[in-house]
Amino acid sequence: MTKTEYAFNSKIEGEVIVTQADAVINWIRAHSIWPMPMGLACCAIELMAAGGSRFDISRFGSEVMRFSPRQSDCMIVAGTVTYKMAEVVRRIYDQMAEPKWVIAMGACASTGGMYRSYAVLQGVDRVVPVDVYISGCPPRPEALLDGLLRLREKIRGERSVSGLVKGREERELAYTEANR
Amino acid sequence: MTTEAIDNLSQKLEYLSNRPSLDYPAFNCPQDRILDCLQYCKKELGFDLLCDVTAIDHFETSPRFEVVYHLYSTRNPAYVRIVTPCVGDENPEAASVTGIWAAADWHERETYDMFGIQFTGHPDLRRILMWDGYPYYPLRKEFPLAGHEVDLPAADVVERTGVKVLPAPMMGGPFHAGQTGPMSKREPRADDESWTETKLQKELEKPHKPRELSEPKE
Repeated sequence: MTKTEYAFNSKIEGEVIVTQADAVINWIRAHSIWPMPMGLACCAIELMAAGGSRFDISRFGSEVMRFSPRQSDCMIVAGTVTYKMAEVVRRIYDQMAEPKWVIAMGACASTGGMYRSYAVLQGVDRVVPVDVYISGCPPRPEALLDGLLRLREKIRGERSVSGLVKGREERELAYTEANR
Repeated sequence: MTTEAIDNLSQKLEYLSNRPSLDYPAFNCPQDRILDCLQYCKKELGFDLLCDVTAIDHFETSPRFEVVYHLYSTRNPAYVRIVTPCVGDENPEAASVTGIWAAADWHERETYDMFGIQFTGHPDLRRILMWDGYPYYPLRKEFPLAGHEVDLPAADVVERTGVKVLPAPMMGGPFHAGQTGPMSKREPRADDESWTETKLQKELEKPHKPRELSEPKE
């Protein structure tokens, strides 16, 4: 985990910054997580509230809600995922460009929640790899923002340079293995 | 139309019989006269709004399925409920009322989806909530609450993720994770995912063993 603070002192270093490529890449990624709002139920209302002026998700660089998976980094699964919708969630996840992360927002997306039912997928982590689970039914916007900050912490600890070369296959393989 | 007209409906249409009801007037109607009856209710009594079409499963009795129509008049606010039995117990059939109210289209699709009632004369009888090709009718009495194990329709997604439609766990809250290991390593899961009614049935069939009381220690 790279947790060092990289400060820049212009008096010593002039116009040159010496740092690690991982630190720069992760710093850029962590501060512009564009969400793919996968709003499926009432959690999506809280997600909208988080985007509004009172909670203002743009303080964390995530105000750019893209309804196109091609332009987004983090899928926020907000709501109950039915088995009928599960394949759609997976397809949209597949269409997102690397690097990509998933936040399971609320009890339903994390575990199926109160819907112990023949029609509801018991946790979206059965179809996509989840990075952050947020508890709550629905979670308050603060909880979502906290989840976003946790994701940011996670991104800061990633090995992004080696991930540029062999990221996707490895993650995919690890996920498939874990499910078998 | 007056309340009296509704109450006297069974005298006007002699094939109707009164049905016990706690709220609105309700009538039983034989299946072969249901279209006449509903047409009369719409044209003569002014029931212009079809609120709901649903069904009742009287498991292990015959006729097993009944279709229930809830009608409402927007001109003289009043409700009435008409109930008709289906033909056939395993593959029940009923006449479609889409010709009278276009609103019946999706209501009948839902009733077909949940109970498997074939509505003859429906323009497009497909499942509406569950996916096409789902092999069960979930609101029938023999269908367990947790559901059955079946394959998901999307073969490519199944191949990549290994996801399956499994019986839902019936115990353990949404964030009631197992109590072993650090919290950061645990994933939210029901405590015991294998618990369903089938398992409960087995537990109930076991002979009951009274708990032995231990001797108090001196």
